[in-house]
Amino acid sequence: MSATLPDAVVDSAAIAAATSRRRSVWALAIRNPSVIFGGAILLIMLVIAILAPYLGTVDPTRIDPAMRNKKPDTVLTYRLDDGTQAKRTAIMGTDSLGRDVYSRVIYGTRVSLTVGISVAIIAVALGLAIGLISGYVRWADGIIMRIMDGLMAIPPILLAIALVSIWRAGLVTVIFAIVVPEVPRVVRLVRSVVLTVREEPYVEGAISVGTPTITLMWRHILPNTVAPLIVQATFTAAAAIIIEAILSFLGIGIPPETPSWGNIMAEGRTLFRVFPHNIMYPGIFLAFAVLAINIMGDGLRDTLDPKMSKKV
Amino acid sequence: MPDKKPVLEVRNLTVALPKGADRVHAVENVSFTVNPGEIVCLVGESGSGKSVIAFTVMGLLAKALKPTGGEILLEGENILAASEDRLRQLRCTRMSMIFQEPMTALNPVMTCGEQIDEVLETHTKLDAAARKAKIIAILTRVKLPEPERIYASFPHQLSGGQRQRIMIAMALVLDPVLLIADEPTTALDVTTQAEILKLIAELQEGQGTGVLFITHDFGVVAEIAHRVAVLRWGELVEMGPTEQILSRPTQDYTKMLIGSVPSIVPAHRGVRRDGETVLRTEKLGKTYVSKGFFQKGRTVRAAADVDLDIRRGETLGIVGESGSGKSTVARCIARLIDPTEGKVYLGDTEIATLPPGRLRPHRRKVQIVFQDPYRSLNPRMTVGDSIVEGPMNFGLSRSEALARARTLMETVRLDPNALDRYPHQFSGGQRQRICIARALAMEPELLIADEAVSALDVSVQKQVLELLDEIRQRLKLAVLFITHDLRVAAQICDFVAVMSQGKVVEYGAAEQVFGAPRHDYTKALFAAAPGRHWDFSKASAA
Amino acid sequence: MLDFIARRLIAIIPVLAVVAIFVFLMLRLTPGDPAAVIAGDNATSDQIAMIRGKLGLDLPIWQQFAIWIGDMLHGNFGESFFFKKTVVELIQQRLEPTLALSICTLIIAVFTAVPLGVLAAYRQGSWIDRIVMGFSVLGFSMPTFVIGYILIYIFAINLGWLPVQGYVRIGVDFWQFLERMVLPSITLAIVYIALLARITRASILEVLNEDYIRTARAKGLSTRVVLMRHALRNAAVPILTVIGIGIALLIGGAVVTESVYGLPGLGRLTVEAVLSRDFPTIQAVILMFSVVYVVINLLIDISYTLFDPRIRY
Repeated sequence: MSATLPDAVVDSAAIAAATSRRRSVWALAIRNPSVIFGGAILLIMLVIAILAPYLGTVDPTRIDPAMRNKKPDTVLTYRLDDGTQAKRTAIMGTDSLGRDVYSRVIYGTRVSLTVGISVAIIAVALGLAIGLISGYVRWADGIIMRIMDGLMAIPPILLAIALVSIWRAGLVTVIFAIVVPEVPRVVRLVRSVVLTVREEPYVEGAISVGTPTITLMWRHILPNTVAPLIVQATFTAAAAIIIEAILSFLGIGIPPETPSWGNIMAEGRTLFRVFPHNIMYPGIFLAFAVLAINIMGDGLRDTLDPKMSKKV
Repeated sequence: MPDKKPVLEVRNLTVALPKGADRVHAVENVSFTVNPGEIVCLVGESGSGKSVIAFTVMGLLAKALKPTGGEILLEGENILAASEDRLRQLRCTRMSMIFQEPMTALNPVMTCGEQIDEVLETHTKLDAAARKAKIIAILTRVKLPEPERIYASFPHQLSGGQRQRIMIAMALVLDPVLLIADEPTTALDVTTQAEILKLIAELQEGQGTGVLFITHDFGVVAEIAHRVAVLRWGELVEMGPTEQILSRPTQDYTKMLIGSVPSIVPAHRGVRRDGETVLRTEKLGKTYVSKGFFQKGRTVRAAADVDLDIRRGETLGIVGESGSGKSTVARCIARLIDPTEGKVYLGDTEIATLPPGRLRPHRRKVQIVFQDPYRSLNPRMTVGDSIVEGPMNFGLSRSEALARARTLMETVRLDPNALDRYPHQFSGGQRQRICIARALAMEPELLIADEAVSALDVSVQKQVLELLDEIRQRLKLAVLFITHDLRVAAQICDFVAVMSQGKVVEYGAAEQVFGAPRHDYTKALFAAAPGRHWDFSKASAA
Repeated sequence: MLDFIARRLIAIIPVLAVVAIFVFLMLRLTPGDPAAVIAGDNATSDQIAMIRGKLGLDLPIWQQFAIWIGDMLHGNFGESFFFKKTVVELIQQRLEPTLALSICTLIIAVFTAVPLGVLAAYRQGSWIDRIVMGFSVLGFSMPTFVIGYILIYIFAINLGWLPVQGYVRIGVDFWQFLERMVLPSITLAIVYIALLARITRASILEVLNEDYIRTARAKGLSTRVVLMRHALRNAAVPILTVIGIGIALLIGGAVVTESVYGLPGLGRLTVEAVLSRDFPTIQAVILMFSVVYVVINLLIDISYTLFDPRIRY
């Protein structure tokens, strides 16, 4: 996190010292039990998402009218393309169109993680850029913050719903519909860090030795935003996954044939009393994914950003 | 007094620090007594354990610290063995405490009256009317004007001195036998400090209260103490009557400490005003305007009509209490804030209104060292990187800048090989030296020291002051020295400007201003300086 | 004091303006002719032409905005072609369940979360603290509809204690109304409780580090008095702030909860409107929820003055 410098003359001791310090903060973070626990679950989820086709799944979009509404652990008989028959246990049952719930849940991991990670990255990147401008360009600050306040006045889920209704559903539109309400929160965070750090004597010291504004931001101010932003990114990812699931559940998110946890649950709503598995299994995965990210976020906040952990 | 039993007896007290601290014990084997009607000062630098002792007596020690040995007898009762309930009974009835920060020590959402009332409610069976009468009486005793109004006031409506009086009233309302005062005047301005010291002395003398007074300031010690205990690294160095400790200390540490206290008598510095003028301000001013919808916009004139000039090789001091505008002037000159009125000449160039682009070449000429050594260096950069940043901004290659940084580290008496370390690996005094080196790396013409030694312990302060003065002489620097500390100003300044409420009220050669102040405010300021009758240079000579 | 309220009132004007501009632009940003979008799929060309004239679509965009905002300020939110009613009527019909749900939830949440948070802070590090904090992370991670279905499964289907779904108006039968409010309110309250308990604990712990708490202890006050009289009141402002911010969570959660429990409220209306692309209704609902959110937070801001005498401007 220390400044990038023309590295030709930096002697080896300086490099060693710099890296050891950098490592120490991160070492503390990755040794935190919450970070390990949450990170491990998340890693498993990631592996599931990548290896989805190899985890005993079938085509998650394949409709089979003969296999509708089977309870978990039903043994299904498939007719394969070459005419032979194959048996397979549907450990999570099937839905009302005969699709295999297990396969859909496993593939659903892909959608949720994609949404969580993309929203976190895009929201943080946009928020960082806007926040820096807001914290440093005085005339822009007023306008930007009014717009951000306005966006924050619309409850996030409603804002996402509104945006989805404008753009029509689809993975990309859902991602952007979730990004928009998250951006103002990042902007505020970055701006407050910039405004606080700008008052620090070491920044004033840098100003009085004639450091140009761009360098000042890059070298003295930006590094202070990294820890809070990483923490913010994890919580944003968790919120994004929940909002995606809500939108899909309400039938206004990702197109229903795409296997996402929200969609599976939406499909299972009508027959919930008889076949609760359609809602329970994706629900468990969803809760676990979000829980893992939140626990990791808590751990990261405690280690990387102890000042912030006192707030929320 | 020997016939009376002591109110407080501390015997072989040892308090352990948590594992992993820089030493094993916060306090080790400390013994002393406080007699009725006596003021005992515990004096020491930061880390001496003086406040830990105070909190141990009150039973308010942080959980991480554990008393592991000795006993504390309050009127013969061992407090270390007392239950939490018993301690609560004793607090405010037999022993009371007042703290350093009157601004934060009172609950902001309760009126002052309610807060004192709580004490009576908890510890007495008086009815509401009797309690109210008692509170009004104590408010009168601590000389607060309009006690009825003060009773109903919230802390934020009162000044720092008034809040400390509330604290004192709260502490003494039940006539405890022991009052513990933990740096009670450190956060206050010098004139307020004098009043509070006087009040404490009067009240304890009237009631025969024993006072355990914690301070780092030998001026305060000379002013108020009957007996003094000097602490260092948690151990008692020496103890005795004030007169004896201040003038005939036996231990080297005490001698060094007292010898470090700057004298209030200005040094003969033999100023010859022959250098060219480096800085001149003309009617410099800074006005802040805040807007309101129903009220008129409030304007605050932080500084107004300030005329100063400094020549090469001179030190000009600006002294004043908090809010006097002295730092505003410094920051305007360094163009960290933009002045709203007047002119600032650096040599022949007027820089008060220069736009940022044209200002940049002139930035090099004015460098500033700040008060807080812990926040003045970027914690993520090595000190070497911090020092070379400026020269490299002005076109020096990294190797040239590093060579200069190595030389400067020697100038400020630090190991040049320490350039690749991070600020947290240095002490406060060392960091302040690094800040000086960073400023000097720009080869400035004017060095501004904004309360640069105020956060340092007195022995470190002395070294940094000597260093600054030596550098000024050697490099023929012009120095603008901002301080609230009259003793420091007396030792380092050739000229002194006294500021009050944004204006310079007196301006002249240091010897003249200190020797024969003319303005009433200056006179009052000097009269309030604690221990002004005491010449600390006697001790180091002895 | 007046100055403070005036400042706050003036400060919400730009916020509401941004909301209004956003809601106005929504329709203009949708692909296709706004008039046709509003009229719906089965509209005749006459109807479309009439709407076009009403919206002033031939005028410059800022004039369209002026016409629109004028309509809004007169309480004229247009007509829903899908529901064949004016939007105002529609909202009036759907208001009660949402209002009832929100109020029940708020009451449950505040009265559970604040004591839990205080308790956790008071016993920091104990098992109570751990359980409260663990519950808080869990509650924050469970999506509202998953909680809803779990509760339905346990209490309505398996135990049969409470009805599964549906709504009975408060004026029709109070007990049946209450019976049907229990599960939805608890469902919606959980995330709120998680948030609020956490912030209460954190605020109190922060206040406990303040100098005046040390003073209170030095006065010989008991721990209980220190906590209740000195700590809680000073922590009130951050707790209130989060109650206000949490209203956004509540509104968002209401959309989901009403869908799960089949409550015919505004949240359900929002979803139906989006599914049928009924823009006048979507616009009105978003505008209304945002105004409510902003006004509640304004009231909370003003109420700070009751808790903290320092806030006067």
